[in-house]
Amino acid sequence: MADALILTWRQYRLERRMFWRNPSAAFFNFLLPLLFLAGGGIILSGNQHDLNRLVPAIAGMSVMSTTFTALAYNIVFLRERGVLKRIRGTPLPTISYFGGVAANAVTNTALQITIIVLAGRAFFGIGWPHQWGSLIAFLLVGVVSLAALGVAFAHVIPNFESTAAYVNAVFLPVVFISFYVFDSKSAPGFLQNIADALPLKPLIDGLSAALVTGSSLSGNLDALAVIGLWGIFGLCFAARGFSWERTRG
Amino acid sequence: MSDSPAASAAIEVRGLRKRYGDFDALRGIDVTVRRGEVFGLLGPNGAGKTTTVEILEGYRERSAGEVSVLGSDPGTRSRALRQRIGIVLQSGGIYGHVTPREALRHWARFYPTPRDVEEVLTLAGLQEKADVLSRKLSGGQLRRLDFALALVGDPELIFLDEPTTGFDPEARRSAWETVRRLRDLGKTILLTTHYLDEAQELADRVAIVKDGRILAIGPPRELGAGASHYRVAYRDHGGQLIELQTEDPTSLLSELTGEALARGERLEELSVGRPTLEDVYLELTADG
Repeated sequence: MADALILTWRQYRLERRMFWRNPSAAFFNFLLPLLFLAGGGIILSGNQHDLNRLVPAIAGMSVMSTTFTALAYNIVFLRERGVLKRIRGTPLPTISYFGGVAANAVTNTALQITIIVLAGRAFFGIGWPHQWGSLIAFLLVGVVSLAALGVAFAHVIPNFESTAAYVNAVFLPVVFISFYVFDSKSAPGFLQNIADALPLKPLIDGLSAALVTGSSLSGNLDALAVIGLWGIFGLCFAARGFSWERTRG
Repeated sequence: MSDSPAASAAIEVRGLRKRYGDFDALRGIDVTVRRGEVFGLLGPNGAGKTTTVEILEGYRERSAGEVSVLGSDPGTRSRALRQRIGIVLQSGGIYGHVTPREALRHWARFYPTPRDVEEVLTLAGLQEKADVLSRKLSGGQLRRLDFALALVGDPELIFLDEPTTGFDPEARRSAWETVRRLRDLGKTILLTTHYLDEAQELADRVAIVKDGRILAIGPPRELGAGASHYRVAYRDHGGQLIELQTEDPTSLLSELTGEALARGERLEELSVGRPTLEDVYLELTADG
């Protein structure tokens, strides 16, 4: 057990080292949401009502891109390159491998949320988070669920060349619908229903309560439950159909 | 080095079968690999070599048969067994953004008694590239890294699946040199290849595999000698190369030389040869 923990830590260290060495991954998974935050902040500057919506929306998107998007990309890439198969042939425990990979994603999420919270305090006039407990609860459930969904989604992607198409086909519509419904009081009912059933909009609602409005966790348990249900779904599929190798063409 | 008796087998396979859907990839493989030997599975593409090896490595489940690798069933995927084997896959990738030294240091932690990383870098001929990101290494250098990663845990048994496919001649020679050094270290090696010369150069014993069956098994030289016929060749007076096969070269030679002398001709370039592994291989794996 101690051995597995040490190996998890080693794997985590390696993942961190590789992350910063890969500029395109660092950009898409890390900098892009922050650029949206900065760009949105400039456009909306002076309009506190809009800034109050921008910050939690970008925070939600950050969670999704550091977990769902990053893991789907990574796993397909490593699977198609044969790295996963190689690792499978070593004594590295599966739990240590995934522990290290997941901890890497969580670190990115934590870094981004920290930057967003600091920026919210320094530039966006929303002060410190109002509900720390609620913030941590939503981040925790959000990270676990979206990470599991990312791993599960990797099974669907047939080869590395099509990864961008598959991931964006999910990521972009989910982000657009969720942002739109979150921001607009007049969104059509069916869109609201879709957005509420997907994991991102409930996550943004929860983060908004924690960061901006200060409404309590008990008022947002529905949202937390939706994300959690997606998480259970994701975990089942992530574990079930996991493929360590490229399927033979 | 190993406390197990040298006589015991590293790999025991009895009646191994594998079905994919309604395709029989393996139709009853029986083979024993002794400790300390280099054993070659030789056969054309699609013969079942990789399927066999991947069952032994624990990647695939078998449909039927008994399999023992270093005394354990690889199908259980025990960590203890994986600590004692090293695997060079046919196409196993490595992270692009780590250097060979970093990758080896990381891999070394997986094993209870790893080899020294610097020593492994030297053994694999990677000292000069030790600190270059692996995405910048050439195909041959990446293959050396494959070897190095398989060796760093100081395994007793090493699987090499098509270790030199796609190599230029120089890279092949250097890979062969590495395999010989491993044998000298007392490692057991199971090698698959579709190159005859590779099997002949490296393997102590060879099994010729085709259509999921073993057609012949033995030391490369004896496989050739075990064939029933000899080859007699000469150039006739028109300059044409004539090749004859016989089970009794003595009487054939007497006949040929007698006739030639009677005609007052010489048999240019006359040679008598025992069939090579190549002859046996081609004969056994020929279609129809």
